Amino acid sequence: MNPAISHNLPEDPGLVALVGGVIALLVLATLIGTALRRRVRGEAAVATVANLNARIRAWWVMVGVFLTLLLVGRDGTLVLFGALSFLALREFISLMPTRLADHRALFWVFFVLTPLQYWSIHVAWYGLFIALIPVLAFLVIPSRIVATGDGVDFLSRTANLQWALMVCVYCVSHAPAILMLEIPGFVGQNAKLLFYFVLLVQLSDVLQYVWGKLLGRRAISPTISPNKTWEGFWGGLLCTTGIGAALHWATPFSPGAAALIALAACFFGFLGGLTMSAIKRGFGVKDYGTLIEGHGGVLDRLDSVCFAAPIFFHITRYFYTAIPGL
Amino acid sequence: MKSPLMAALVRLAMGATARWVGCGPTLSQRIYFANHTSHLDTLVLWAMLPTSVREHTRPIAARDYWGANALRRWVAQSLFNAVLVERKRICAHDHPVEHMVEALGTTNSIILFPEGERTPGPEVAPFKSGIWHLARQRPDMELVPVYLANLNLILPKGEFLPVPLLCRATFGQPMHIKPNEGKADFLHRTRSSLDQLRQQ
Repeated sequence: MNPAISHNLPEDPGLVALVGGVIALLVLATLIGTALRRRVRGEAAVATVANLNARIRAWWVMVGVFLTLLLVGRDGTLVLFGALSFLALREFISLMPTRLADHRALFWVFFVLTPLQYWSIHVAWYGLFIALIPVLAFLVIPSRIVATGDGVDFLSRTANLQWALMVCVYCVSHAPAILMLEIPGFVGQNAKLLFYFVLLVQLSDVLQYVWGKLLGRRAISPTISPNKTWEGFWGGLLCTTGIGAALHWATPFSPGAAALIALAACFFGFLGGLTMSAIKRGFGVKDYGTLIEGHGGVLDRLDSVCFAAPIFFHITRYFYTAIPGL
Repeated sequence: MKSPLMAALVRLAMGATARWVGCGPTLSQRIYFANHTSHLDTLVLWAMLPTSVREHTRPIAARDYWGANALRRWVAQSLFNAVLVERKRICAHDHPVEHMVEALGTTNSIILFPEGERTPGPEVAPFKSGIWHLARQRPDMELVPVYLANLNLILPKGEFLPVPLLCRATFGQPMHIKPNEGKADFLHRTRSSLDQLRQQ
């Protein structure tokens, strides 16, 4: 375990600036939301603004929780993302068809594999972190289910469970795993990089939503996600790329590299949102849950993080850390 | 009060949500009857009721299980204000239906699992006749079907470790026993109303 990984928010002026910017943004959003509520007329517009205000209120809570646990330190951050994985997993598995015989395998998934994945980050054991779910769990889960002797829909049951783990635990855990990267010249500032990543991906979602509401005409995939439009996609992607480059001082990246990395992360975030929508369509539901007012479930808010986090993590790891053996 | 806190904890830990499809949560005297797949059923249904309703609602529990030792009896009686009834050696002076009628009184509602025991799957098993006898003695009661989904997967019969899936209670339309309604008709009608909620 590396003591350099620990971080301290108040001593890092860059992180303080990012946090201040986010709070200023939320204040601005709250003011706009309040002004809109006074002005709009008509049932559909009132409903849209009510949903917008619910989303803004939920953002305050989410930012508050994220900042508090980021301040607590590395373990606080790991507990937060671990809990998010757990809740997302619960939403995902509750929707997929399971059989009574899966009970023990499910117990392993929730109470052994998920904590173990986050423990591997806690002790900065990269080998376990990267292999636990795609290799070990991939072998253990079907073995546990086959031991029950219930072979009905065997492959689809094991595949569903593997997907649930990959999306909700493996992919999400790549965000806090940013904390275990050892980047020369960036020691002790990884929390800032994690904050930068989460900020970009969430901003990308928000900007796609805003551009879509303002200019959205042509739906990208009406059968999968009717609210995603080409106008929203391009507006969100270009704005986020620009913001990513402008905030390069919070990262070990140059402005040009920051723009490319922001573009890649947000593009994959967009694909994540689309993929998770397709899974919801397959299950026949609109939202994964009801935990976050206006947003749906935890997984509805994390859908873009799921796909963006591994991309962001591996680009940073490959190009910015001294990896032995490459 | 410990009951609102405990109910909030149950809702959070179990990810439980209520859908009031056929009625709202009111203080009218009711017999909530639900499918039974797990030890957690009573807990979830109880936690889904608003505090004011919950305080006037008593679960019916089997004495052979919930009265078997001091801890279980304390949980059933002190935490849930449950009515313990005999389901093995039924006799006239200790009849389950008498205890239920007594528990209802003039203000209370009860939670009843008319299948009489836990079933493994999501299907609703045939009802025991207790609910018919009860409805005949108190024809003024609203009978509210409540379908509990997913609890058979959270803690199935025979397992001791729960899995934290989300669960849901769907409250159906209140019904009454009809004058001169026969036992078989009544049991069929109540059971199919519960089964219809499963498909909603």
